[in-house]
Amino acid sequence: MTISNPTSNQCRVAITGMNAKPDNPGPGVAVARCLKETPNFYGQLIGLGYDSLDPGLYMQEFIDESYLLPYPSAGEDALLARIEEIHQTTTIDILIPCLDSELPNFIRLAPKLKSLGIKTVLPDADQFRLRSKDRLPELAEFADIECPKIKSITNIGFFNDCEKQGWDYPLVVKGIFYDAYIVHHKDEASTAFRKVASQWGYPVLVQKMAKGEEYNLTAIGDGKGNLIAPVMMKKMALTDKGKAWAGVSIFDQKLLDAAIRLVKAIHWTGPLELEVMKDRQGHYQLIEINPRFPAWIYLSEGVQQNLPFALLKHAFGEQPSNYPDYHSGILFIRYAQEKIVSIDEFENIVMNGTGNKASGTDEL
Amino acid sequence: MLPSADRLQQLAISESGFIFDPVSGHSFSVNETGIIIVRLLQQGKDLPTTIAELQNSYSEQATIIERDLMEFVSLLREQVDASL
Repeated sequence: MTISNPTSNQCRVAITGMNAKPDNPGPGVAVARCLKETPNFYGQLIGLGYDSLDPGLYMQEFIDESYLLPYPSAGEDALLARIEEIHQTTTIDILIPCLDSELPNFIRLAPKLKSLGIKTVLPDADQFRLRSKDRLPELAEFADIECPKIKSITNIGFFNDCEKQGWDYPLVVKGIFYDAYIVHHKDEASTAFRKVASQWGYPVLVQKMAKGEEYNLTAIGDGKGNLIAPVMMKKMALTDKGKAWAGVSIFDQKLLDAAIRLVKAIHWTGPLELEVMKDRQGHYQLIEINPRFPAWIYLSEGVQQNLPFALLKHAFGEQPSNYPDYHSGILFIRYAQEKIVSIDEFENIVMNGTGNKASGTDEL
Repeated sequence: MLPSADRLQQLAISESGFIFDPVSGHSFSVNETGIIIVRLLQQGKDLPTTIAELQNSYSEQATIIERDLMEFVSLLREQVDASL
């Protein structure tokens, strides 16, 4: 059955990124929570995870059914086969990928998913490449915003004489998809290089350190150059990995203007997050663009913008309503808690890759 | 020099003296006198007028009020400039 709007009680939304380690949680659980708490959403949520210990797979308060996917490194054919299998069991109307590393596969698969009746709202391959961390300066030019120098490296020897080449410490060593380490000397840099390379592969990125305070903006690009429902946030407390542990909503016209210019210039499609540093003189430096909702997306519900639901409305062709100005001064403070999981539920995920009722788990 | 009236008007100030800057996300607090001063400055009052108004409320010499006001304004500017 074809669903024509996101408020139908038949609407079935699949969401990835069910991992939720406290120091660096995936956005999936927060996306699901936004949708579950939207008064206008009556549909079902399907959690797609990569690991049997992804807590979102067991969070029945937000997720109605759960399935494991093959890791992105298995390739798009394995992913498509698994999505088709899940789609035969439980219809998926729209899929919201929430992790950087899986996006290349989902972008390539988007036409095939569409032919299966599964909607996605994703950038095209060119847009996706343009926001990759090593091309950030190019993209920053579009937004007329400064950007710290960044360099792709594949050889750890770079750190032997990087200062002679103008790359003074402190530097930021980054993975092509995730992870960033601030390093102050050669030994720290070499350790960070090895860690990043072993986890995320090559190239490893080295970025000059941007000083200031970090601000983030999340929104949706409609693919026609317009920005939908922007929400801005200042990080107030960080995890060891630099992820927001607490934050407060703000409204800064300069940051908003930069995001509007950027989305207009590249006609971005889908969710995005801009990460910028602001120094004491008020200058912004773009440090990252993430092609997905951030883990702090629940703040968008807190400020009554609810971006995940806005994405559903956009995907189903509804004109974005004029979103009211949201309130600045709304905080989020993240906390960790334990999810109690029966061994039967765990077994079902491990052995069958599913936590849905159809596969025989009573509790889910 | 005073922070601009535009910037000052953006500050949200509560009865308790808690001030939130919605542009920067910074927050700080001021005492009762600070509340009066920030509100006067938000109304666009200049320093001589603010001093005169404070003199009406506090039985203190103008020179002392001016000295304290300048110190307060300097601290206020640090908070607001940090969020340019």
